[in-house]
Amino acid sequence: MSATDASEVVILAASAQPEKVPAEPLPGPRARREGLVRSLLRNRKAFAGLVIIAIFLLLALLAPVLAPGDPSLITSLGAKAPSTEHLFGTTPKGQDVLALTMWGSRSSLLVGFVVGLAATAIAILVGLTSAFYGRAIDDGLSLVTNVFLLLPGLPLLVILAAFLPRGLGTVILVLTITGWAGGARVLRSQALSIRGKDFVAAAIVTGETRFRIMFREILPNMASIVMITLLGTVIFGIGAQAGLEFLGLGDPSVVSWGTNLYWASNDGALISGYWWAFVPSGAAIAFVAFALALINYGVDEVSNPRLRTARRRPFGTGTEVAR
Amino acid sequence: MRFVLRRLGFYLVAFWVSVTLNFLLPRVMPGDPISRMMSQSQGRMTPEQVVQMQALFGLDNRPILQQYIGYWHSLFTGEMGVSISRFPTPVSEVIASQIGWTILLGSTALLIAVVIGNLLGILAAWRRGGVLDSALPPILVFIGSFPYFWLAMGALDVFGVVLGWFPLRHAFSAGATPSLSPEFIGDVAMHLVLPAMTIVVVSVGGWMLAMRNTMITTTSEDYIVMAEAKGLKANRIMFRYAARNATLPAVTNFGMAIGFVVGGALLTEVVFAYPGVGFQLLSAVTALDYPLMQGIFLTITGAVLVANFIVDMVYVRLDPRVRAS
Amino acid sequence: MTGITDAVPRNVLEVSDLSVEYRGENRTTRAVDRVSFTIGPGEAFGLAGESGCGKSTAANAIMRLLRDPAVITGGSILFNGRDVLAMSPDELRSFRWREVSMVFQSAMNSLNPVMTIGDQIADIFTTHEGLTKKQALVRAADLLDLVQIDAGRLKAYPHQLSGGMRQRVVIAMAVALHPMLLIMDEPTTALDVVVQQEIMAQIADLQRELGFSILFITHDMSLMIELSNRMAVMYAGRFVETADAQELFANPRHPYTRALINAFPPLHGPVGELTGLGEGVRFSNIPDLVEVSPGHLAALDPVSNHDIPGGRS
Repeated sequence: MSATDASEVVILAASAQPEKVPAEPLPGPRARREGLVRSLLRNRKAFAGLVIIAIFLLLALLAPVLAPGDPSLITSLGAKAPSTEHLFGTTPKGQDVLALTMWGSRSSLLVGFVVGLAATAIAILVGLTSAFYGRAIDDGLSLVTNVFLLLPGLPLLVILAAFLPRGLGTVILVLTITGWAGGARVLRSQALSIRGKDFVAAAIVTGETRFRIMFREILPNMASIVMITLLGTVIFGIGAQAGLEFLGLGDPSVVSWGTNLYWASNDGALISGYWWAFVPSGAAIAFVAFALALINYGVDEVSNPRLRTARRRPFGTGTEVAR
Repeated sequence: MRFVLRRLGFYLVAFWVSVTLNFLLPRVMPGDPISRMMSQSQGRMTPEQVVQMQALFGLDNRPILQQYIGYWHSLFTGEMGVSISRFPTPVSEVIASQIGWTILLGSTALLIAVVIGNLLGILAAWRRGGVLDSALPPILVFIGSFPYFWLAMGALDVFGVVLGWFPLRHAFSAGATPSLSPEFIGDVAMHLVLPAMTIVVVSVGGWMLAMRNTMITTTSEDYIVMAEAKGLKANRIMFRYAARNATLPAVTNFGMAIGFVVGGALLTEVVFAYPGVGFQLLSAVTALDYPLMQGIFLTITGAVLVANFIVDMVYVRLDPRVRAS
Repeated sequence: MTGITDAVPRNVLEVSDLSVEYRGENRTTRAVDRVSFTIGPGEAFGLAGESGCGKSTAANAIMRLLRDPAVITGGSILFNGRDVLAMSPDELRSFRWREVSMVFQSAMNSLNPVMTIGDQIADIFTTHEGLTKKQALVRAADLLDLVQIDAGRLKAYPHQLSGGMRQRVVIAMAVALHPMLLIMDEPTTALDVVVQQEIMAQIADLQRELGFSILFITHDMSLMIELSNRMAVMYAGRFVETADAQELFANPRHPYTRALINAFPPLHGPVGELTGLGEGVRFSNIPDLVEVSPGHLAALDPVSNHDIPGGRS
């Protein structure tokens, strides 16, 4: 499992506890989420992550300005090592690697975030409905969720992408299909635990419609876990997209980090030792994934104080005495 | 017992879903796959094979239900059609020849990662705030952020091309004849190191963190305080009391992780040209060898389901509360 | 009857001026504030108070079981003359369970769900007395016998026993090494009333047989009358009154003690009205205990013999 899955495992590990739920929300009718954003900014890990993401977003937006022209144009330069002219060198096709990396961020980040949002939206819908409507609907939706969780991701992705027409739309579609289940499971268990709280019972008794209760009472209390799910799915989206493209199942005409790596492999950059052709794109994916993971851990720490690094005494030394 | 039956039922449903998916996909696919495949095989397809392909793709105008039943029937007889790219070898034969390598790579990597990762996690939780707890997780998570195949490429470059310590591709040296001799096994092992280590390095962070977090929650349980009050030795508490309980969620995750590792193994095989089903899958995709693609998908899915079922059995053994119900 | 001993029997437990703080990220809470009491050999000491008054913290402090962020910030704990707060981790480990043991509130949570009862009892013997597993299991069977549980239950897992049985197992574990002091932290709160009585009877029996001292913590004062020799009432980390059990019930001097007693009205006698302390009444700046009659101390102003006026908010 890479960190595309690491945060999923953290989520999964937490949700595998029989009665424990990952984050502890402030219960209460439409509880003021005690400045989740503010406490996040104070958390060092989350702050570092946010900074890194901001940098990449900036690069993505400014790519046409910083590296004008079409980066995928084949030139006669051939593969050249990094130099002052080409900071990251050139590919065997003579393309500037730095430009490719910058332009690549646009597609990769876009697909990543779209997949993240779409998959999380589905996960929220499925998870909340399952938790709230209960019984038969819950059983049915849980079955679907678990089946999707069980089927191995990459082979499923490959087979779906192989049968559908190549293109960014297909990539987004298949990633969303394979990516929503993890979040749905976690959100369902969180929603179930909130549902048992008194203020929900009060809302039902006073006649609020179920739909309203789901989205106005329960959902706001799940802010932190929704955030974790969203970030985790984005990580998944970026990583899995790169994987698909590397296998040649994406749209090779689009410039993205994954296709950069695909071409690097196909053009023999690897075997020939032209390491600069594949290092930057992979590193970019890693940094973005890592940054998102950092934010995730920040959110987790903010909502679950037990995970914060405690000034912790070695096990078994007894209570500290400070007279 | 009920638990077992319920899980079994669930896996059967999942298998049914994947078979049905396999059945439906070619039928909803736009365009004409047959002519594409015929041009790929350069006209070497016999009329019988074409008929068979048509049946496979549902283009022979039989009622759909009959096709569906026929599909299940052929599955049970192990008939998955003929591979286009390895014409005329049947799909089942192609898969059977390569799946062993994937199993070898996957299980080796998974076992190493699980053992090391969980041990590190236990140790990190034991000494919270210590070096292991504060330094290692961020590093491992960072490494785990890299895409599998990228790390594989890096490892290939550094250890294979530059340093020349390990072979660059394949499962064993060209020209070597497979046997159980020590030399051959050693050769296989050498070829296994880089691909397996790539998977281990990427995944170990996830295991460590999951175990660490589970342990932290477990050690705040009352029975741990009671164990301390009893004056038990620290490592007995850690392992017999805390870890033993913390491994239960870990076992659950193990089942899930099998699916992830399969994905990672596939990508790694591609980078190292390791002759497993992952590598095969890619060449099948490139060659538009739909029967082979579908066959591999089903085989992998089936294997993952079986593995998960085995893990469930292990879980039942470990958790007395489930056993009793 | 006093024998011709040259020394006064030493107190089993002497807690003097104990203070425990919880040091959080932003603020510090003092959970136990300069608390002092002693427990003699064979004596049962009851500690009563409402939830959150600090009684559990004080009890856990005796065995130094409190975890981060709790810190013992003052006072001393002497067990048979030994300074508990100065013990090294190894000394602490051998001290625990041998000299002092504890019965926690919820037996279900105190028992390891994936180990059999037998193994968990055997643990005690293999660790402290170096017995083999087999020998330890024999001793375990004896222990279960002591609390009238069938030895066949050794192979059972905690979730397979009833609540009352689990609590008896935990009590049996507590007396395994014949400690001098048993700390019982609300041992019956999680049980229904009938089982409660059985457990209290069991504890009384064991005490008669083995002669240990008890520190009994509860919020239900009526439960303690039968068992305790002396009692103390705790509020917001401080003791507000301490006396012989009978004396405390007969003549409660501190208003809080009275309110607490009245919260559990007797089954017989006239039916009075439950008045409690009054709306929003709290006690702050609780003064030190002063003797109001022999052996009876209360946190009252030494001059006026009332709780400090203006000390109520």
